[in-house]
Amino acid sequence: MNVVVAVAQFLVNEILSKPFYLVGLMTAVGLVALRRRLGEVVSGALKATMGFLILVVGANTVVSALTPLGTMILGAVGARGVVPTNEAIVALAQKNYGAIVAWVMITGFGISLLIARLTPLRYVFLTGHHVFFMATMLAVVLLSVNMPQVQAWIVGSLLLGTIMVIMPAFAQPWMRRVTGDQPVAIGHFGSLGYISAGIAGQLVGRRSESTENMRFPEGLRFLREPMIATALSMVVIYLIFAIAYLARAGQAAAIKVTGSPDWASYLMASILQALQFGVGVALILFGVRTILGEIVPAFAGIAERIVPGALPALDCPVSFPYAPNAVLVGFLASFLGGLLSLVAIAVAFHAWWGLALILPGMVPHFFTGGTAGVFGNATGGRRGAAVGGFVNGVLITFLPAFLLFVLGSLGFANTTFGDADFAWYGIVVGNVVRLGPAVGIAGLAVVLLVLIALASLFQKRFVESGWTPGKPAETPGEAPAMAKA
Amino acid sequence: MRRLNVLAVCGMGLGTGLLLRMQAEKALNQLGVLADLEVADIGSARALAPSADVVITSAELAMQLGDVNAAVVTITNFVDVVEIRDKLAVALGHLEARH
Repeated sequence: MNVVVAVAQFLVNEILSKPFYLVGLMTAVGLVALRRRLGEVVSGALKATMGFLILVVGANTVVSALTPLGTMILGAVGARGVVPTNEAIVALAQKNYGAIVAWVMITGFGISLLIARLTPLRYVFLTGHHVFFMATMLAVVLLSVNMPQVQAWIVGSLLLGTIMVIMPAFAQPWMRRVTGDQPVAIGHFGSLGYISAGIAGQLVGRRSESTENMRFPEGLRFLREPMIATALSMVVIYLIFAIAYLARAGQAAAIKVTGSPDWASYLMASILQALQFGVGVALILFGVRTILGEIVPAFAGIAERIVPGALPALDCPVSFPYAPNAVLVGFLASFLGGLLSLVAIAVAFHAWWGLALILPGMVPHFFTGGTAGVFGNATGGRRGAAVGGFVNGVLITFLPAFLLFVLGSLGFANTTFGDADFAWYGIVVGNVVRLGPAVGIAGLAVVLLVLIALASLFQKRFVESGWTPGKPAETPGEAPAMAKA
Repeated sequence: MRRLNVLAVCGMGLGTGLLLRMQAEKALNQLGVLADLEVADIGSARALAPSADVVITSAELAMQLGDVNAAVVTITNFVDVVEIRDKLAVALGHLEARH
């Protein structure tokens, strides 16, 4: 008996609670289910495991690069400054929550297939990194109120499975307007921003011409390279606060932060930290890419068998080819929205509600702002793209600021989740679960049922009826052929 | 027969690139071509392209990638296996002619 117990304990403590082995094991299971050859199973599992270890290395780099910045911002403006970077916050969370995140991710995916199978919400969410990020956010929020692990696993999986099918459904009428009725949905947790952009575009852009009829400088396209965008924006942010801190606290205090001999090498050390941050994010991306490259094809193969004919819900850049200029308009407008919101927080909301300063991260603004631009352009042309991007920028600045309150101790890291859906879902879940152990669970059950019911109703009423927003004389239920623009 | 090296490129090398890789895998299966497929972000793509026979990506990223030795296939509709298959078939034809 003792041997059995010892073996079980060994399995749990040394393998199943180590996220890197767990992820490798799950990949192996997925590949075996797809009847891949032994060599592919072994190499897939090993790659996923090592991808996870790479991610941890990146996390350490990010932390050590962010710590001095936190000190400088606090010293310079007297408020906490946060750079939302999904990759960074997720990698940080793996240290304490890794195993439960992996369990939530795999079970949540299964539950999303079950919901897709049983309700009208036939979407399969295939953006693996966002599933991973969402699983992390949910695990952190649930465990921050000391929920037991097993309970957090079950509740987190149900929450994850639900959000994976309802967001593509809610965004689908606008996505259809973007793609011209192609059989594809958007599977990206910035969807609240895209829907808002679509609605805003429709409100402001009645007769505005499409962004695709304008000529645009090519010079900004390099920002699509995440390594460059991240490093460049961090250098700017770092230098601004390094100089501000130097001016406010004086040389003696400032050079202590980086351990430099004088102010000039203090500034150079700040630039180096900014580049190190970019290196950390690049490492994390490499790790995530290595994990997902093995696990997503396995999941996709399984999904095709369980929910045949479901719409694939895909990463936001699938919308980019439909309006490349709108991507740039949306990105710039979103960034502007983020900057103005930052000023608003610094001037007023920090003092009123204790919101942290959310600094604009280039990567979330590019990808979600760009997509918001595409959605805004689809319903409201140039004006729609600009206003849609701007609305997205405001959302991804204010929402993450509120999310920090429910992240527990992780909320004190100098980074957080950057996209709209992580934030609104986290805020809702975090506040409901804080109602108490029993009431919180009951509350979450109500939230889930309401969300699934609303989304199903929306799917029946607006998606299956062929309603496409922003076309002339649109009324729900009208046949799409009648409303050719 | 030599296995074909295919590189699927997108901005971050996460969602869209992986989708392209999976679609290209289906397309190459239909064409009966054996291939190893990898995903890259646009930043590392220039470094990885020399070891690839074919790069598949979107039109804007192809512009950003610039001149590479591999055949560059640009895809408009990432979910359309037929488009990917037909464009890959054309690119493979050119590769054959070159050898």
